[in-house]
Amino acid sequence: MKPILEIQNVSKRFCIEKQRLPYLTLRERFSDLWRRQNKETFWALKDVSLNVRAGEALGIIGRNGAGKSTLLKILSRITPPTKGKIICRGRIASLLEVGTGFHQELTGRENVYMNASILGMKKAEVNARFDEIVDFSGVARFLDTPLKFYSSGMQLRLAFAVAAHLEPEILIVDEVLAVGDAEFQKKCLQKMANATGSGMTILFVSHNLPSLRAICKTGTLLRDGSIVQTGDIRNVIDAYLSYQRTMQSVVEAVHYFQPFIKIKELRINGVESTCIAVESQDLTISMVVDFSKRTPFELDVHIKKDDHVVVSYANFVKNSPEVFEARQYFIEYTVKLPALRSGKYKLDLYFTEPFVSWFAVLENTIELDVTNLQHHTFLNTPSLKWGSVLATGAVTREFMN
Amino acid sequence: MIKNLEYCIEPSRSRFFDWKELWLYRELFYLFAWRDVKVKYKQTALGIAWVILQPFLSVLVFTLFIGQALKVPSAGLPYPVFVFSGLLFWTLFSSSVNAAGNSMVANAPIINKIYFPRIIIPVSSVLVSCLDFLISFAVFLVVMLIYDVEVTLTEMIIFWPLAITLMFAATLGLSSLMAALTVKYRDFRFIVPFALQIGLFVTPVIYPASIISNEVIRLIASLNPLYGVIMLFRAPFGLPINNMELLISAGSGVCFLFCGLYYFRRTESYFADIA
Repeated sequence: MKPILEIQNVSKRFCIEKQRLPYLTLRERFSDLWRRQNKETFWALKDVSLNVRAGEALGIIGRNGAGKSTLLKILSRITPPTKGKIICRGRIASLLEVGTGFHQELTGRENVYMNASILGMKKAEVNARFDEIVDFSGVARFLDTPLKFYSSGMQLRLAFAVAAHLEPEILIVDEVLAVGDAEFQKKCLQKMANATGSGMTILFVSHNLPSLRAICKTGTLLRDGSIVQTGDIRNVIDAYLSYQRTMQSVVEAVHYFQPFIKIKELRINGVESTCIAVESQDLTISMVVDFSKRTPFELDVHIKKDDHVVVSYANFVKNSPEVFEARQYFIEYTVKLPALRSGKYKLDLYFTEPFVSWFAVLENTIELDVTNLQHHTFLNTPSLKWGSVLATGAVTREFMN
Repeated sequence: MIKNLEYCIEPSRSRFFDWKELWLYRELFYLFAWRDVKVKYKQTALGIAWVILQPFLSVLVFTLFIGQALKVPSAGLPYPVFVFSGLLFWTLFSSSVNAAGNSMVANAPIINKIYFPRIIIPVSSVLVSCLDFLISFAVFLVVMLIYDVEVTLTEMIIFWPLAITLMFAATLGLSSLMAALTVKYRDFRFIVPFALQIGLFVTPVIYPASIISNEVIRLIASLNPLYGVIMLFRAPFGLPINNMELLISAGSGVCFLFCGLYYFRRTESYFADIA
């Protein structure tokens, strides 16, 4: 059987200038006649090809700006592709937003007809399903009240009720589940799961990974306008998550309590990423710190298991804390890790003046992927004593600039 | 489950309207118009009475100030009938063009989220004005009876449908042109109302075309399609028809229709990017 949707080498270009100013003015048009055209262009989608089989529920994942919404807009024919083509073999309904075409002055009943027709239902179809829609929405009592007197929750329920009763061959859904209370969201997810069961093809864009996993069997990962991976939804989500982790800069995750200290650079075992593979007991934490006043400064290191139980703790406190002048330093700590069982651990860093205050913390961000540190199995779970130094460390410090 | 439906989404689509698709979406023409009519008179105390009140008041004001005070000739017709016969068309034309110009921007949230043939939006705003036109037309017939105006019936049967057809051609063309231009250049939000304000005085609505004595100016004035429309409409009342001027007027009306629709069609696929 032919796929219901064949996306062939689709690309979409935007002009950056148009992006900045949402519309043109005549004056610009005339001044452009004299000036050389120097518009920057930006490819929101680059050579995307994808086949979707009938009855498939495809999740589309990607960071903001990866091109997900552009792809959906092209599929729903709101904007044409710059290159490539798409062959559709079924009626498409797109829910890029719930309640499109809702008008505040119209009554609930009128809005149901309006919205359903815009979404592609025929009047006869709306008539046939009207009672169902009203039942699903649960706003039957206010059907003849103008929409402006509805609460936002009621408007949303009415809107989704209409959307849920569309019966196209292909349904395109963009993030609509991000709104509404938990119970209503569950109802919507249920409805979507049923829809796939009845043979509808669904393209679903969401950042909500659990609901993607619940609805979709296959997934596609978009990055910078190109498809990175297509396949089983679980693998795609994993790929997305691990990419997310490597992309996030560690330094940005530091939470500050005091203004006079700034962590400029932070590397663990020479890596700036938040996911660190650990294969030996040595751990180097190197950082560039900017002090804007004379500060006594120390680093505390915690290692936690996934369930937030601290398994190891280290600090470098000597008799008195080291004092740093108001300038930039490169500081390096070397930690001898305790013997740890293979698995994932969290590494938390506390930038402190010991026993006085915290300057900054970095919690729940850095992940240590520990493999087979030692063969001494009896050492696997180190016993924990608060304040005891299970790890030992050495400090080197030098001036920058 | 899959019917024999197969279509293609491609960068460059045909320059002509897909009539089959427009037919599939026919309900939306009516729905958008219906919505606008409904919304237009919500929370107004007089409601639909405004449709009658507006032309009535303008006819009254023009009769008092232009007809009585300025003594503008009305070619043998009672001045109220004379001015009403022009205003009827002018109001439809100006309110359509004005509404259509704003319609694309006003409906931008829908355009950005849902696909449908975009021409539905300006056409629907013309339809809304048509309802007003029908009501005022009925009122005009009543006024004609009250003043007991002499009409040549055969001329009425020939010229009135022609006048209405030409008016629709011009209105539709200019409305879609303004709708498309306003999406791209917001300048037209200022240009359109201003041009329409001037247009009332350039078009022989409140005065007969015969008071323009300069031949050349009359030929230039007849580039305005409404010039021909009003000339045709007033012909059964005994006002003259100038063939040359009518031809120019009709030609410009048809030209507006094709240029407007062509330009709209050419730009419509990019509305969502800039609306």
